[in-house]
This record gives sequence, structure tokens and C-alpha cells, in this order.
Amino acid sequence: MDNTQKASKRKLSFSLKQNIFAYLLLLPSFIFLSLFTFYPTLKSIYLSFYSGPMTRLRFSGVDQYKEVFTDEIFRKVMMNNIIFIIGTVPTSLFLAMYLAVWLNKKMRGSALLRTSFFYPTVIPLIAVANIWLFIYTPQYGLLAKFLQTFGENGPNWLGNQSTVMIAMIIMIIWKDTGFFMIFYLAGLQNLPKDVYEAAIMEGAKPFQIFRHITFPLLMPTTLFVMIVAITNAFKNVDHLYIMTKGGPDNTSNLLLYHIYEAAFTNWDLGKAAVLTVVLIVVLLSITAFNYLFLDKKIHY
Amino acid sequence: MYKKINFTIIIFLGIVFFIPLLWVFITSFSTSKEVIGGSFPLWVSNPTFQNYIDAWNAAPFLTYYFNTFVIVFGILIVQLFTITLGAYAFARLNFKGKNVLFILFLLQLMIQPEILLFPNYQIMSQLGLVDTKLAVMLPYWASAFGVFLLRQTFKQVPFDLDQASRIDGCKWWQTLWHVYVPSAKPTYIAFALVSVSHHWSNFMWPLIITNSDENRPLTVGLALFAQSYETGAQWGMVTAGTILVIFPLLLAFFIFQKQFVSSFMHSGIK
Repeated sequence: MDNTQKASKRKLSFSLKQNIFAYLLLLPSFIFLSLFTFYPTLKSIYLSFYSGPMTRLRFSGVDQYKEVFTDEIFRKVMMNNIIFIIGTVPTSLFLAMYLAVWLNKKMRGSALLRTSFFYPTVIPLIAVANIWLFIYTPQYGLLAKFLQTFGENGPNWLGNQSTVMIAMIIMIIWKDTGFFMIFYLAGLQNLPKDVYEAAIMEGAKPFQIFRHITFPLLMPTTLFVMIVAITNAFKNVDHLYIMTKGGPDNTSNLLLYHIYEAAFTNWDLGKAAVLTVVLIVVLLSITAFNYLFLDKKIHY
Repeated sequence: MYKKINFTIIIFLGIVFFIPLLWVFITSFSTSKEVIGGSFPLWVSNPTFQNYIDAWNAAPFLTYYFNTFVIVFGILIVQLFTITLGAYAFARLNFKGKNVLFILFLLQLMIQPEILLFPNYQIMSQLGLVDTKLAVMLPYWASAFGVFLLRQTFKQVPFDLDQASRIDGCKWWQTLWHVYVPSAKPTYIAFALVSVSHHWSNFMWPLIITNSDENRPLTVGLALFAQSYETGAQWGMVTAGTILVIFPLLLAFFIFQKQFVSSFMHSGIK
């Protein structure tokens, strides 16, 4: 009796000490997280319900939400994000998987090819935009010059409402495919070898092997890369600043760039706050969906 | 047969993927007459260094370089400190509210500072830090990603080693420094590469938070420089500027390719 009491007492004081020790270790991270992640998130939510200049804020309920949700441009921007995701994600994932499956084999030149697909990942998006701006320039651009050899001139890729989105999508596929390829290469390296040996013994054809073994076993990688790709589509908007400023007529505008415009070009703080809350909700639900549904079913 | 067709497609794609870099590189050595003229765009007949000289003189690239270095390493050094402590706490200590804190840290993986441009700008202006390098760095000094990455590694350090060093009279920071940090070297390298290349590329946040050349990093400097010379006649100069910005990254990438690739791979397995 006496002994157990002593032991539990010691445990308590020990854990109190350890608690404080752990909190102190986490404190440096926690300070910066609080200041620049938690506080700004709460602040955006707060500001989204208040309108007027910073010094004289007035509670306005959901008015600003109503305003944003009925705004034509907001709908267009959200639609653009969806189009952008549909345009970039499946294609770059498919391409990345295709490249990884073939470049995983030890062959002469496969290392060089991997480099050629991966290097765009290292280049800053703003520099990528600079490069592709010149590729897409009418008349003198690389694409125009290429088309001229076939006697075509090609449209003004970035100035035309019907082509600007596809031009952006191709550029992003070029930039991200190599990045995703790396994850597939890692995934392939972890696949069980004996399954393949058995399949070959059974006389399975290469495509059958891919369809029934490789593809399903790579599913966790595919889902992970998909989440990364979708989040990236919301996070990466640097190229718009150089290439189109969201135009023509908001055809290429994306949510985060729209926030930038609202906050720093039009100084519409209420709108910027509402848009930021929308973006946070979108990103949280993507991740929540991943953790709650996909992760449980497929990972580990 | 199968193999041949697929490899032909892949080699073709590889060339297509490589062309943009090749073209920028060649254009940066071309005279404006050649850029606009009808000559074959992937060849330069009179290579010239003039574009680089012009670009270097037209914008304070040296200052931008300096700023990028300060920002990138200023972020990295503080991050290494905060993530080491945080990772140790999550990996080896039991404490009240561990799960709650863990989830709070997880939040930063989803709500990254990149998307909080607007509220963070307001906070910086309240702190009086607008247009400082410190403001560019501050939001990134905590890295949930780094904490989780390192926590995984620290968990694999045998607990006996920890205990043994304690018995030898090591204080906790000595144990951390002599036992944990050395065994996590590959993770530190992976994290450092990802962090440096990420912040070297960062654009929107430094764009809004800096107003002067004294504090602008390379990416912002390049964007402003490119915007003022968008006409075809000055392409040579703008491409030269672009090469100036991406060259160190590409060079580092080609030299440390293996580490780069495995770091990015590593970074994905959260």
C-alpha cells in the first residue's frame, strides 16, 4: 500500500516535470505556429463577419459571404480551379506513372531521361512562367515559330479566352510530372518481387501485369500524389502574376490569386477574408477526406 | 516490340521536356536580331555574352542573390532548431495533451503560410515588419512538416542508446546532440534540400511583404525585371536574367541529383 502510493506519487511528480519539459521543447515551434497559422486563420474568420475600414469595423453577419457567393467572378474563379484540376491532375498522374513504370527498368539512358523529366521541379514557378511566356508569345515565340514551319501562325495563346487555360495546364503538367514520377518510382521499388515472378511464370502479358498487379499495388501512391496535386493546384498561382494577371476577363484566374487581387489591388478586406476562409475550408476538407476515408481504406 | 514503341515515346517526351530549358539557354546568348528574326530558334550563330552583362546592369541581381541567401538560410537555421526540439518531444516524451498538440501541428500541413497571405500581411504591418527580410522568414520558422519528418527518424533511434547516454551523465541536450542528431543526418539533409529549394522558389509572400530592392529576393526581382522588359527586343536580356536566377538551383540539382531525388521522395512519405 505504502509502496504503491509512493510509486504513484513519484510517477506524478515525474510526469509533471516531463510535461513541462515537453511543453518547453514544443514552445519555439508553437509560438510561430500560433502567430502565423492559428491566429491568422482565426483572424480571417473574424474579419469575414465584419466590414468597413480596419479602424472602424462593424459586424455585418453573413452579408459578405452572400456578396461573394453571388459574385460572378467568384463563381468563375472557383470553376477555373476545378477546370484546372481536371486538366492537370489526371494527365500528369497518368504520365508520371507511365514514365515511372518504364524508367524503373535499368537501361542505358534511363537516368538521363529521368533528369529530363525531373529538372522542371527544381525551377521556381515564377521562372517557369517567364520561360513559357516566351514560348507562348505570338509570332516570335517558340510555339509560333514551330507552327510557322507548317504554315500556321497559331492563336495568341495567352490572350485568347479559349486557349489560355489549356496553355496554363500544359505548362503545369510539364512542371509537375517529374515530381510525381519520383513518388511512383519510390512506390515501384517497394513492390513485392515474387508476385511478378509468379505472374511471369503463369505467362501473363506485360499489360496484364500492369493492369492486375502494378496499377492496384500503386494505388496508395496514386492517392497520395493526387492529394498533393490537388492541393498544389490551389496553392501555386505565381505564374498568373507574370503571364496573364488572371485574364483575359478572369478566364485564367485562380482562387489564391483572386485573394491577392482583392487584398492588395482592390483593398477589399472583407472580401479577402471571406475568400481566405473559403480556401482554408477547401484545403481542410481535401485533407480531411483523405485522412478519414482514403487513408483508412488503402494505406498501411 | 512493345518495349521499342514505348521507349520511342518516352525518348520523344524526354526531348520535348528538355526543349524549354535548351531554348532559354540558347536565347540568352542570342542577339535580339536573331531572337525576332526567322532563324531556327534552337541554334545561335553569333553567341554573345552581352545579354548577361545588360541584365546584370539593369537590375541589382547581386543584392537579390544576397537577400535570397539570407532568407533561405535564415529560415533553414531556425527551422532546424525548432524541428529538432519539437520532434524529440513528439518522438520520445509522454505528456498531457500530446494528441491535441499533434493535431494542432498537423493543421499547418494543410493551412500553409502560403495561403494566409492576407491575414499574415496584416499581422506584419501591426508588428511594423513590412518590407523586412525578417517578415519574409518569420511565418516559416515553425515547420510541422519538418517536425513530423524528423519525429519518424527519432523514433527509430534505439531507446537503450538514449538511456545509456543518460547513465553516462549526459544532459538531455547532450543526448540529443550526440545520439539523435547524428543518426538523423539523412533526414536533416532531405529536409534542408526541400526547405532551401522551396524558399528559393517562393514568390507571392515575398512579393507582397517587400517593397524595396534591399529586401527583395531573386524571384520577386526577376518578376519585376521581366515585367519592365517584356517586348521581344529584350528577350535575350530577360532570358539571361532567368538563367541567372535558376542557374544555382540547376547546378545544385545536377551535382546532388541523387540526394535531391531521394529527398523529395523522402519528403512525400509523411
